[in-house]
Amino acid sequence: MPPRPLDARALAALAANPGCGRRALLDGAGVDKTALAAALGSPAAFGQSQFAIIRGNSFEAKVKGDGGAELLRLVHSRLDAGTEPPGPGARVPDLTAAGPEGRAARTALALREATAGAARGGWTLLDHPMLALEVAGSPAYLEPDAVVVHPDGRWTVVEIKSFPMIDGAADAAKVGAAARQAAVYVLALEKTAEKLGGATVGHRILLVCPKDFSNLPTAAAVDIRREHAVTRRQLERLTRVEELAAALPAGLSFDPGRPAEELTEAVSAVDAAYAPECLAACELAFHCRERARAADEVSALGRSVRGELGALTTVGAALAAAAGRASCEDPTAAALHRAARLRAEALEQAPARTAPEDAACPC
Amino acid sequence: MSLLTTLARLEAVRAGRAQPLATVRHRHLSGNPLVFVPLTTAGEAGAPLGAMVGTDPNDPRILVIPQPRDRDLRWDFLADLARQVMPYIDAYADAVEPAERTETDPETGKRVKVEAELCVDAPQLIVPGRAGIEYVRLLGRSMRFRRTAEEDPDNPYPVPTQVPLLGRWFTHLGERARVPGSSMLLAATDLLSRHWATGQSNLEDQHLRALLEWIDPGQGMSGAEAALRAELGRDEAGQLLVPPAGPATDPAFDNKLLAPAIARFDAARAGEPRDGDGPRLAEREIRRLVVDQMTGTWWSVWQALELLRGLPPGERAEERWTRDRWSYTGHRDRVRAGEPPQPRRDDAVTAAQKLATRETEQVRLDAQEALDDALVMAGRRFAGEAFAGEVTEVVMEWTESKRPSPRPLVTVATEDRPQLEDGAGGKVFRSLDGRPQAAEFVRFEEDGRLVLRLLDKMGRGREPEPGSVPEKGDRVCWTLFEHDARGGPKLPDPEQTPWTHGGPPGHLTGPALPDPVTAEDVL
Repeated sequence: MPPRPLDARALAALAANPGCGRRALLDGAGVDKTALAAALGSPAAFGQSQFAIIRGNSFEAKVKGDGGAELLRLVHSRLDAGTEPPGPGARVPDLTAAGPEGRAARTALALREATAGAARGGWTLLDHPMLALEVAGSPAYLEPDAVVVHPDGRWTVVEIKSFPMIDGAADAAKVGAAARQAAVYVLALEKTAEKLGGATVGHRILLVCPKDFSNLPTAAAVDIRREHAVTRRQLERLTRVEELAAALPAGLSFDPGRPAEELTEAVSAVDAAYAPECLAACELAFHCRERARAADEVSALGRSVRGELGALTTVGAALAAAAGRASCEDPTAAALHRAARLRAEALEQAPARTAPEDAACPC
Repeated sequence: MSLLTTLARLEAVRAGRAQPLATVRHRHLSGNPLVFVPLTTAGEAGAPLGAMVGTDPNDPRILVIPQPRDRDLRWDFLADLARQVMPYIDAYADAVEPAERTETDPETGKRVKVEAELCVDAPQLIVPGRAGIEYVRLLGRSMRFRRTAEEDPDNPYPVPTQVPLLGRWFTHLGERARVPGSSMLLAATDLLSRHWATGQSNLEDQHLRALLEWIDPGQGMSGAEAALRAELGRDEAGQLLVPPAGPATDPAFDNKLLAPAIARFDAARAGEPRDGDGPRLAEREIRRLVVDQMTGTWWSVWQALELLRGLPPGERAEERWTRDRWSYTGHRDRVRAGEPPQPRRDDAVTAAQKLATRETEQVRLDAQEALDDALVMAGRRFAGEAFAGEVTEVVMEWTESKRPSPRPLVTVATEDRPQLEDGAGGKVFRSLDGRPQAAEFVRFEEDGRLVLRLLDKMGRGREPEPGSVPEKGDRVCWTLFEHDARGGPKLPDPEQTPWTHGGPPGHLTGPALPDPVTAEDVL
């Protein structure tokens, strides 16, 4: 089957958990993790409601309608109010080409032309450009909603989202996700800009959302320097896929057509770093969670728990320490033991909990 | 999360069922709460799909919108919702008791007591999860600026008077829910996870059914197994066995069941009037689907309330509920006085006041929960913020004034490790008949015992009142934190807000305009 290319969401998720070799290898090798997860018996719960998709598409079409006039107006008013406003002469080059490589080349060409032509002070809107970025030794193709070239040659990434901005404020978690995604686009654009002298990439992106409860667009500039720095560092830290692959037994296959036991064994050959946050970002998360729980790992309870317990990485070891059956030299073990004594003392003093199932249950 | 909570989670993993995190109930539960289970349409802001609402588990009011993108149907829904909820909220407005409130006298600037009335009880809304609380806020925002026919005769889309009123109340409840320890609008998942630790992560605890299965698993299953089934189990058609508690629905439900049903409704309505046979049948089908998604959650919320009622109420939770009653009474007065709806954005003074209140209430909540509950106190003792121990010696001493007052030295033996240092002083407090008694830390003895000097609550005489000084052999718990929260410094009057902080608030200059209704809104 054809390899699945990395996309910005995958990269942002990968950057959020750079220690996960399993994800790095499978993504790097272009394995279809959704199919793999289903074959492993723990299918991913991702999916998007068609209502959301329809609404998202119609909103994006509305924002970009009329030759991008509204979108350019928003970029001008939020990011570049000092310059001449975009008029009807704004360019919207055609970026169609065959295959992602072809589209990426076409985009690079359009960016070059727009930046060179910028001396004439025009605005250019690139609708769904294609950007290439090498990540951990594999090429990734990224497709931002839009990139705008300002009259002074600056490039701005535009993210169009369908969650609302109510009274000028949007859901913080969603804005954060959008900023992380945009940071990946900015990184990719910087690679392109390096090859073209005179081009700069804005560190403020434009987030376009529906205003209040309407379908009218509104926008805000989002400074993504922090996300940019974090993502760049994480992506550089990613173990190169070749190194990961070199450590694996030969003949390893993640073909979803193989039986579940063989696949489980193959997947276990690559170390994962499971944390509950993966559930929202990775197709394999339910499988990894099952393995983590089966292995009695405390990380299944959360990163903070894992951090708190230090060297005690399994539930068994931690409970043994709490019961006082561990070396007293480990300060965490001693603290757990003390915590267990305090907890037992408090529960003894407490008035009997009247819930009936507690009375019946000796634990 | 403290190590004690982590330990409870570890024990829950091993036991396969939830472990107690509290020995008493730390939130007030109304005898007559209103449970509200809303569902929304994916991708749309404030486009409800349906709701179950009511005070009787066996008699929910069910509201369903057959086409959530139809604005007229949405407004009918909100009007219906207001008809269900407003009588419940209003029912508490007229039963009042006399009470005293401290106010600043505008002329003298002194704090004076004034007679006021306080509602004897207040409404309590329970939603399934935190997303439900956010949704109440969102609905509040979408309704409070709507105009009635009376206010604006030219408005092409007037609403019944109760709709903007409900918007203001939902906004008020949503704001109040951000105050730590308040109980007017609560999420069932928050309530449960405050009182029980499960063997899964905080993130997974947001799933109401899974959380309930950990606490109260069915026969023959461990909590862990039952929770997993509740979280992931699907039928042959790929639908979740336990639909999400909302307000968001499962994409598989949207795509495979709801979207085709809505398409059938649209097609039927295009052919004949809405009260014709085709649209009515199609509407009934949508209603069946949506009710099916909400029913499980409805019962789960009631089950959660039942479990929580099984816990003895915390002593000081009632005092915090009195603050909620004040909050309710205050908003009732603002509505009655004809004040405009809450502005879109808070001005500087209001925002600073809200933040200060939340900080004070957080401190109060932390202190009160510890005083009410030995298990919470154990966490504070573990952190060195409290200590419990036996009194081994009491030496009477007095102040050196004309009328000597008692200042006895109390020696306490404890295994706890309070964060006190020799020579650094420090005050500690204990609860004496519900009132805090202060003592000063004097020194550590060589064997680790602590010497404290009692400072107050011993009466006016030379000899301390009986029972006010602990005796040898008593077990006493002392805290390093104060038992009552003190508010911060007073803020300037709104009119005096300096320009650096946004200047005088905007609502003094003009009323907020309603959201414009334009053709562009049509979804």
